[in-house]
Amino acid sequence: MPRYLLADIGSTFTKVCLVDTATVEALATSSAPTTIASDVNAGFDAALEKMPVPLDGIEATLVCSSAAGGLQIAAVGLVPELTLQAAKYAALGAGGKVIRTFSYLLTGEDLQALRDLKPDIVLLSGGTDGGNTQYILQNARLLQERLPSIPLIVAGNRAAEDELREVFRGRPDVFFTRNVMPDLHTLNLEPAREQIRNVFLDRIVLAKGLSKLQARAQVVMPTPEAVLRAVSLLSAGVEGRAPGMGELLMVDIGGATTDVYSCAAGQPESAATILKGLPEPFNKRTVEADIGMRHTLRYLLEEAGLERLCAESGLEPDAVRQWADLVTAEPRRVPATSQERAIDVACARAGCGVAVARHCGKLEETYTAAGKLYIQQGKDLGSVKTVIGSGGPLAWAGAARTILEATGRRPGEAALKPRAPSFYMDERYLMWAMGLLAEREPRAALALMRKHIVKVCEEDGD
Amino acid sequence: MAASEETPVQMADPATIVLGVIGADCHAVGNKILEHVFRGAGFNVVNLGVMVSQEEFIAAAIETNAQAIVVSSLYGHGEIDCRGFRESCIEAGIQDILLYVGGNLVVGKTDFAAVEKIFRDMGFDRVFPPGTDPLDGVASLRKDLAGGSASHA
Repeated sequence: MPRYLLADIGSTFTKVCLVDTATVEALATSSAPTTIASDVNAGFDAALEKMPVPLDGIEATLVCSSAAGGLQIAAVGLVPELTLQAAKYAALGAGGKVIRTFSYLLTGEDLQALRDLKPDIVLLSGGTDGGNTQYILQNARLLQERLPSIPLIVAGNRAAEDELREVFRGRPDVFFTRNVMPDLHTLNLEPAREQIRNVFLDRIVLAKGLSKLQARAQVVMPTPEAVLRAVSLLSAGVEGRAPGMGELLMVDIGGATTDVYSCAAGQPESAATILKGLPEPFNKRTVEADIGMRHTLRYLLEEAGLERLCAESGLEPDAVRQWADLVTAEPRRVPATSQERAIDVACARAGCGVAVARHCGKLEETYTAAGKLYIQQGKDLGSVKTVIGSGGPLAWAGAARTILEATGRRPGEAALKPRAPSFYMDERYLMWAMGLLAEREPRAALALMRKHIVKVCEEDGD
Repeated sequence: MAASEETPVQMADPATIVLGVIGADCHAVGNKILEHVFRGAGFNVVNLGVMVSQEEFIAAAIETNAQAIVVSSLYGHGEIDCRGFRESCIEAGIQDILLYVGGNLVVGKTDFAAVEKIFRDMGFDRVFPPGTDPLDGVASLRKDLAGGSASHA
């Protein structure tokens, strides 16, 4: 009986999930408040005690975590739109939280900010291979001088590597990996992502108090990385064995942030469109730090526009403002009345629209001597047919369609959102668990996702 | 970062050039030919394609540590598109980079000597008229890289 116990140590809740990979069933899930400040085991035990089924025959216990602030990464690059952007993609793809970014030469103020922020990892990039070495070398010297004890991953110009090794000589917490942008038209994010994960396992797990779990479980990756793995598997399938769902988009609406994942090439659809800017990863994750249903709701209302939200949903601005104040003060609050539910859904819809618009590429019209042309920056997700919702108030009756409709492209909208998607829901909030399972049992993880990611009915939300 | 005197072309460490068609100009054929010829001559070519802004040229040149930026313009608005290019390079810290420009740089039948002067005054090291053999560009670039860059404003 191959069973896996999977756990997510989140910042608020510790979630556990028991799956049987032979029968392809998620047997049970439960959760309890996270107790990382004292001993993470207490919350884990509390969650296990709530499990309604016996926990026997367990093959492995795998854990992901976003507790204690998540995996906080500061990215340093050269040109903001080039190597710095590549470093950001690598950090986000590794499940990191990009807390600050720095371009060109680090200033005294930048270095002070880094000292104050105390990121878990600094990801240092700069220069294509054989390109500029001056900036990365100077930044390395400054980091060595001013921040000699923050773990550092170097993913920059290979031509600078020998000198960089010299700068960091004797440091056990400096790791070298391949350039995130080996040439101007290529991203190479996988080696940096792998290295970030190694540092997470070797050092961060210990620093965050997660190592106390080690006698009974294996902490294997940050939670967002698990989700990205699950989404990638769901899209690609298991080669030659089980098909995936093809190109897709997933939105995970949280209390503080909203994560958007896309698995799609996003190439221009028309010959009259010119693609500009850095290539983007096929499996792309973005995090909107100001789009959330609780802690950051005020910012979301500012960004989405309270008036527009009210016009769309027929709600009173005062009621929405009041709700925003309530949940900011008390993030664990759940809507109690039908009006509060309606507000929660309207906010989720607005957040979904903003977060997906930022994730997608943009199309700009331009006139040339040869006539009208379009310039595309980023990925065109117009032809993506599958949009999945996860988290937030999606699970409530009728809400899913209302919320996810905001991911569709409206006429005239610059953001290249899906044109005519079908909507699905991660009904049991299992994506993180499936990402953990994906490495060991990809076929079972895929089958479980296909079973529990359910299509949102047409009439829902009417 | 002067164009390095001791780096001959076609060695193990070839010179990098950034290539592209500036502005709202989408003439792609000549751009492909230039890429082909410069690459064939042993240069490391970073081709940004068509509709490239000054900012894109400069950002690419910084990251790749390019020794030259080769700008094409076919649609007649080259003068407006190229205005301030050298100044932007100076601001970005790549003041010594070689700047080449070529194509149908202005509308109408202006005398090429006048056109050349306009672009030389803007800080371009070399200006090429329509119909230039790309190999002339290669020869000029080899010469400029070997002998130190031409003077610019």
